[in-house]
Amino acid sequence: MNNIQNDTAKPLAWYQRAWQSDVCWSFRHTPIAMLSALVFLILVSMAIFAPWVAPHQPFDPSTLNLMDGFSPPMESAIGSGNVYWLGADDQGRDIFSTILYGMRLSLFIGVAAVFLAASLGVTLGLIAGYAGGWVDTIIMRIADIQLTFPSILVALLIFGVARGLTPPELRDQMAVWVLIFSIGLSDWVQFARTVRSSTMVEANKDYVQAARLIGRPRHVILRKHLLPNVMGPVLVIATISLALAIIAEATLSFLGVGAPPTKPSLGTLIRTGQDYLFSGEWWIILFPAMTLLLLALSVNLLGDWLRDVLNPKLR
Amino acid sequence: MLHRPTITIATAVAMALAGMSSANANTLRWASSGDSLTLDPHAQNEGPTHTLAHQMYEPLLQRDMAGEIIPALATSWAVTDDPTVWRFTLRQGVKFHNGADFNADDVVFSINRTRAPNSAMKELLTSVVDVKKVDDYTVDLITEGPNPLLPANLTNQFMMDEDWTKANGAEQPQDFDNGGDNFAVRNVNGTGAFKLTSRVIDEKTVLTANEDYWGKDEFPNEITEIVYTPIQSAGTRVAALLSGEVDFIQDVPVQDLARVDGTDSLKVNSAPQNRTIFFGLNVGDEDLTNDNVDGKNPFADLRVRQAMNMAINRAAIQRVVMRDQSQPTGIIMPPFVAGWTEALDALPEGNMDGAKALMAEAGYEEGFTVTLNCPNDRYVNDEAICQAAVGMFAQIGINVNLDAKPKAQHFPLIANKETDFYMLGWGVPTFDSEYIFNFLVHTSSDDRGSWNGTRYSNPEVDSMIVSLGSEVDLEKRAGTVAAIWETIQSEVIYLPIHHQVLNWGMANNIEFPVQPEDQPHFKFLTYAQ
Repeated sequence: MNNIQNDTAKPLAWYQRAWQSDVCWSFRHTPIAMLSALVFLILVSMAIFAPWVAPHQPFDPSTLNLMDGFSPPMESAIGSGNVYWLGADDQGRDIFSTILYGMRLSLFIGVAAVFLAASLGVTLGLIAGYAGGWVDTIIMRIADIQLTFPSILVALLIFGVARGLTPPELRDQMAVWVLIFSIGLSDWVQFARTVRSSTMVEANKDYVQAARLIGRPRHVILRKHLLPNVMGPVLVIATISLALAIIAEATLSFLGVGAPPTKPSLGTLIRTGQDYLFSGEWWIILFPAMTLLLLALSVNLLGDWLRDVLNPKLR
Repeated sequence: MLHRPTITIATAVAMALAGMSSANANTLRWASSGDSLTLDPHAQNEGPTHTLAHQMYEPLLQRDMAGEIIPALATSWAVTDDPTVWRFTLRQGVKFHNGADFNADDVVFSINRTRAPNSAMKELLTSVVDVKKVDDYTVDLITEGPNPLLPANLTNQFMMDEDWTKANGAEQPQDFDNGGDNFAVRNVNGTGAFKLTSRVIDEKTVLTANEDYWGKDEFPNEITEIVYTPIQSAGTRVAALLSGEVDFIQDVPVQDLARVDGTDSLKVNSAPQNRTIFFGLNVGDEDLTNDNVDGKNPFADLRVRQAMNMAINRAAIQRVVMRDQSQPTGIIMPPFVAGWTEALDALPEGNMDGAKALMAEAGYEEGFTVTLNCPNDRYVNDEAICQAAVGMFAQIGINVNLDAKPKAQHFPLIANKETDFYMLGWGVPTFDSEYIFNFLVHTSSDDRGSWNGTRYSNPEVDSMIVSLGSEVDLEKRAGTVAAIWETIQSEVIYLPIHHQVLNWGMANNIEFPVQPEDQPHFKFLTYAQ
């Protein structure tokens, strides 16, 4: 009896609470979520540890052997005799290593772009929702106008302008930051709209009114009281936006305006590979495309599952 | 519902009628990687720009599909008793597309227009001091000294209608490199076999046969309409050919030759091209703007240039990037050109250790960083060659940032001397070394050296180049040409890569041999019955 009382009285450790939470319970009972999380984790860790996992250093042009170009998978190359698991591309780069490094770049750009979009969107959404009036009108009309353009078009536009402003010798180094900037700026509207509506609901609740009455400054109310209570939907949007941002980056690079061919992302690799579709060198496009598919699909499925769990109406 | 079958039948009848008349209505759907840069016939000296111009405008004399000179708007030409005067007899009864008559005034006007400061064609006529009308159908070209090779310089000098050009305020050629514009950039009034119907830059240009063409009976003229679509992406271009969306592409990607040739309805015609691909280096400036070495220019050091020349593995580029569709070379002159010898063409010794030693000797043991400007829609696999070269230069410590752009943005960098390291391909329409020297070697000045992006300036070489224009003793001239090549080769101001091989892909029913300058003149195209 004593023992049992002790057990229940003892507060649960954080991981125990996490394990028993609704979200985790649902995760444990949704095979798709588990599978996509597993795939995503494998891909991410391979990307993060690329310098140790990859057998070659594809971003260092001095290590490339052109004579290895177009080596088929699992065959020994003409130039160096190396065996490339997934073959070599047109420049003699090991495709497996290039995919790892390319995915690293794609993920980094995706995560950073979503972070930028979320920070911007959440801040503007909070301000618009809490302040109301003309501040709200201006912010949300800008958002509406931006929504009338397809986001890839907005990204292309921002990319073009930003690239024009960077000096040519810095362009290769700046390409990644310009991509983050253009994808991030094209994607903040979703965040702003969601956060604004949640903020408008929360702002009229008693705890916020109370905080106002005791005279807490506005920025504290926004940060300490409102922000934590509107973050749920933001998490869902961020996950889905991550998949979209990765695809947006791949699209821009595929169109030839993204990552440079000497430091390719997944989209750049697919762009190079499509030139060899008719000539039978299928491995140059297939493996990067499959990787992009797996990455985007796993993130998307995770996002879908998260949305279902966090939205009580769908349960 | 009742109406639908009627409409279908009507459509079917209409289509059948259209099919019947197609026996003498041939539309050629033509694609290549990059569009013409401008319709102003004197504003750019560039292959694809001339290709489109040749369909609509005509020079006094032109090269046929075998590269031989044949009469066009002039019926005969000869040196007069005065060896500095060439007399051209013009073709009579020729009309411009707007109906105006072609006569000597138009020739005088056009020749003067090609010699204007903005003209990209002026280097070809540096020896011409004056052009005079003798009568309505006779024109004299007066040269500084005797110039026996003048006719070869006239094959791309197009004739415009004086009244039309002046009425539309286009007396001066478009200043292409500084973003200039004029009426002739978007409108055409030539004497050629085709008229301009519509044009959207980089998308689609439609030409229709000129019913009043003077050469109706002289050339096959089997095409009634040409639809030209530039398709930059190699995969998309070849897909368009395979699917029958286009019938003729000028540049079958090397990786797809077997596939196209193996398709029953298609064939590939191949031949070596009169064009060499190479890198240019800024050897003349005190300091480079696009590198990381302060206060000096690494390319000014001969040893660095020699090391770079040795580091390029031309055989690997030929084998992997070009799939054997190229002839590696050690000189920027194609074998078609007078002055070419096998000894000059010999490849530089490929020696990585020697190259590294030279770099160390020049004080660049640690290497340096520089930007390479490269076109991505002009030459066969241009961007891929540049990428391959980046790897080769990296092995001797030169860290190259590759900046690949469409040719419309790439070429002005060379013309305006804004690049320190660039790719260029040079074809030689005159089939003579002097053309290369005038454009690529002579100090960049008002009348010569417009494509010399190297800033190379050697007064001795310059005076030798100028002397070529009026040298009548052909043996002595050949000696001077050889001496100039020797200097250029020892100075390594260009890093040659290879001579291009042309691969034209077309529908099986088209009879069209490859023209060595990559200039398809569609009035010569015939259809197999």
